[in-house]
Amino acid sequence: MTDTLLSVRNLRVVYPGDDGEIAAVRNVSFTLGRERLGIVGESGSGKSTTGRAIMGLVAAPGRITADEMRLGDTDLTRLSEAGFRKLRGKRIAMVLQDPKYSLDPVMRVGDQIAETHRQHVRAGRKAARLAALEMLEAVQIRDPQRVYDLYPHQVSGGMGQRIMIAMMLIAGPDILIADEPTSALDVTVQTQVLAIMDNLVRSRGMGLILVSHNLHLVSSFCDRVLVMYAGQVVETCAAGNLANATHPYTRGLLAALPELGHRRAELPQLQRDPAWLEDLT
Amino acid sequence: MIVLDQTSVFYGKGARRIAAVRDVSLRVAEGEAFGLVGESGSGKSTVLRAIAGLIPHATGTVLLDGHDMGRRRTTAQRRMTQMVFQDPYGSLHPNHTVDQTLSMPIAIHKLGDADRRVPAALAEVGLGREHRFRYPHQLSGGQRQRVAIARALILEPRVLLLDEPTSALDVSVQAEILNLLTRLRRERSLTVLMVSHDLAVIAHLCERIGVMSGGELLETTTADALAAGQVSHAYTRELLRSNQGFDASGVA
Repeated sequence: MTDTLLSVRNLRVVYPGDDGEIAAVRNVSFTLGRERLGIVGESGSGKSTTGRAIMGLVAAPGRITADEMRLGDTDLTRLSEAGFRKLRGKRIAMVLQDPKYSLDPVMRVGDQIAETHRQHVRAGRKAARLAALEMLEAVQIRDPQRVYDLYPHQVSGGMGQRIMIAMMLIAGPDILIADEPTSALDVTVQTQVLAIMDNLVRSRGMGLILVSHNLHLVSSFCDRVLVMYAGQVVETCAAGNLANATHPYTRGLLAALPELGHRRAELPQLQRDPAWLEDLT
Repeated sequence: MIVLDQTSVFYGKGARRIAAVRDVSLRVAEGEAFGLVGESGSGKSTVLRAIAGLIPHATGTVLLDGHDMGRRRTTAQRRMTQMVFQDPYGSLHPNHTVDQTLSMPIAIHKLGDADRRVPAALAEVGLGREHRFRYPHQLSGGQRQRVAIARALILEPRVLLLDEPTSALDVSVQAEILNLLTRLRRERSLTVLMVSHDLAVIAHLCERIGVMSGGELLETTTADALAAGQVSHAYTRELLRSNQGFDASGVA
């Protein structure tokens, strides 16, 4: 496939533990084209770590190994920290969960966007400001001039997340990794933010990785879904087909969700099978 | 069991006074489960806090079991309503063992017999004796929420107030906690008032549901009507649609 933006084969992230190494992520292989890929799983399943590993954001003592990790023509397995620094923002960008914590609290939001722009593109202050204003408009902020001069505590959660998206997209990356981008937002705002992100990603022909614990959200938003359990991808399926998933873990998760209009006296609880922990090849 | 009549709650003073809850009236019968949904800032948690007596209500009345709740409540009145909070990481004292956490309310309310009550309360929420002398950081999120529920139930309240009890938990753990709450409610014929932004969770546990926005109670409906899409308010419809996952057509 010529349209593959990212290919990962046998990704493994390990942390040293008391009794030998603990693999937070293991045997993870996937490719990403110009599509929306969802990664779902519960806390500790390694879904966020997978996203971070792609950006080289696993801090020591954690270690990343992979048979192959390739972004276009760049081999990520051989890349130095300086190489990653050039890559981040420019070619891969990441939207984090809570804008309250991921924006710099003492810097005007517009300046934060402009800073990203200047980091990657040769531009003067004025040009960067204009680019930032344009980007704010692209994420449907009504009064960009006014919002530019606000501090993060002065904007709402939904607006903060749109600012975050603006900041991540201003350098025109190929891939956007969104780690629980809407979990801190109200459901009604969630849809808005996702729609904005979706439009921009589509119109720019980017690849999107959406990391989330919300099965409904992922199955309705993405094209393809990876289901992770204990560091491994246990199942890959088309998002629309998630209801027909075959792995007992995925089925257990789906069954445990309360459903509107289908009230059950008791929710079936997930019975974890130790066999799910075995290495998949 | 719970009656709110034209209840308002204000924060701040003078010109900066903000009505967090405005003229909310609702009745919850004994043994009933009532749910409140709405987005952040809609005042749903404030209603809960006003009923629990954690904040004073400015106008209107709050009746619990037929008694008017004034500014000060008696110990017995406080004991009647107990609350479970959203974040099991924040609502347990990090330096107190489970035993200390559960013994505190017994001491305050002078119930005595802590040595029998604590293990019994733990058993009831599905925790074993081995958890009794652990600290919160030695427990998982689901286990902590069980401790929080045990802390509320150890006083044998008649009203249980739940503020987003499962939103910090994984789906599989959420199912366990919801099942636990369903069982406890049945066994103790508790009156439950639950707040959540997740319509499916609310509809699972509660028969009647109130929708709040901007400090007002927009409408009261039943779980069945909500599932069938029979709602009168535009806001409720939007909430219903957002809960069904992502749908780009719903965004202008």
